[in-house]
Amino acid sequence: MSGKIITVTSGKGGVGKTTVTANLAVALASMGHSVAAIDTDIGLRNLDIVMGLESRIVYDLVDVAEGRCHLSQALIKDRQLPSLCLLPASQTSNKTAISPHELGLIAAELRASNDFVFIDSPAGIEQGFQNAISTADQIIIVTTPEVTAVRSADRVIGLIETSGKKPGQLIINRIRPAMVRQGDMLNTYDVIEFLAIDLLGVIPDDEAIIIAANKGKPMSGDPTSLAGHAFRNIAQRLTGETVPFLPILEERAGLWSRVRAAARRGLNSLSHPRKMGSRS
Amino acid sequence: MAESQVMIKGTRKGPSITLGEGEWKSLLAEVQDRLSQAPAFFRNSNVHVNVGNRNLSTDELRWLVNILGQHSVRLASLRTDSEVSSSAAETLQIRLALPESISDVPGVRVPTPDVSEGLLVRRTLRSGQLVQHPGHIVVVGDINPGAEVIAGGDVIVWGRVRGTVQAGALGDSGSIVCALDLAPAQLRIGKLIAISPEERVGRGADTSRKPEVAFVQDGQIVAEPWHPR
Repeated sequence: MSGKIITVTSGKGGVGKTTVTANLAVALASMGHSVAAIDTDIGLRNLDIVMGLESRIVYDLVDVAEGRCHLSQALIKDRQLPSLCLLPASQTSNKTAISPHELGLIAAELRASNDFVFIDSPAGIEQGFQNAISTADQIIIVTTPEVTAVRSADRVIGLIETSGKKPGQLIINRIRPAMVRQGDMLNTYDVIEFLAIDLLGVIPDDEAIIIAANKGKPMSGDPTSLAGHAFRNIAQRLTGETVPFLPILEERAGLWSRVRAAARRGLNSLSHPRKMGSRS
Repeated sequence: MAESQVMIKGTRKGPSITLGEGEWKSLLAEVQDRLSQAPAFFRNSNVHVNVGNRNLSTDELRWLVNILGQHSVRLASLRTDSEVSSSAAETLQIRLALPESISDVPGVRVPTPDVSEGLLVRRTLRSGQLVQHPGHIVVVGDINPGAEVIAGGDVIVWGRVRGTVQAGALGDSGSIVCALDLAPAQLRIGKLIAISPEERVGRGADTSRKPEVAFVQDGQIVAEPWHPR
């Protein structure tokens, strides 16, 4: 078995990398895939909390890298989803405690026995970020519809291109349909138009996500939650399926801006063919 | 004032400075002046200096190296026809440039060290990316906010400009900047700086935007809609 290594990154902190990682890992595991998640945010670990596995940490990523334990000893299996496991970050070291090469070896070992290996990247563009993207087969960039986050995402996409990787795919997190409708928030089209990379999914702002993260129970399993539904859709897209975007978001994303966008696309098709994601 | 004896040009290998007639001290003062006018352009660059047939002592040459060093500029090579200056350069371990190639044979073109050719950038420049070139720069793609383009000559953008653009960075205020959609965070031509009107800085695409060309007129930067002539 040879799985896919997917790095989740953003540049800016607090946009939801860890939440996205946890929810996608849980969603894919509940679909029957085997999934490993690596938290590379050394010194500021969070993924274990969001996944509700904090109390079971014995060894961590740095212990494995420095040979204090075997990889299998550091992995924590989820109790509800036996095909899901976590390799937690060390809380006492810092980002330089691991090199891209060491992380690459660990990710490759996990890839051999899992369908998906998620790497939760730290914020920033320093070594922790470089480590996290160096071994990735696929990169997911998370942003929120705010100018600051989008600007950071742009910077990160540039750095990913510079490193020779494919530009990655975008998840727009915490969209608030009501604000978009009033024109107070960037809409999906604005963000995609600016960043010019493929869209992987849009996740609505949902208080339930905060509650779920605090309880350590990723909510992509919750059938009543719209955000959970969005996560499940993204998980399916990662397996190669074509899933339409949740209509509720796009429909609500302001009728007027959609008409304008459509008109623009129509005009552009003659004189300015601009295929999304192909421009770089 | 007489024509300046300090000539600065962009070349393929980096900026070149030609020092003409006059007192060495005042030439150096002018070099200092010119370097501080375009610090961003010269920073960390390798310049080639041509002193013609002037006889320079080791000390005089060292002054030049120091002044360049103050602006984080390295003296990459010295071109001189003088034996005295050559040996001064050797003492300071400065590389001597070969004399310029000359051709009297008709039909044989001597390659000029000047960059009249442009640099073509066929991609979108994202935040944090910088393109710098002593000649003209053509970008096919957008210049996103936080990206920077610095050209010794003109800047032509087939796309949107939202970042910082500098044309004529070596002091040529005759340079222009044109783009399909021109709303840079900051625009510099020669020594002048302009910022886009607030209402235009919105990041979104706007189909009502027309191609524009910016240039210097009466001591300030103006932008005009592009009219094919």
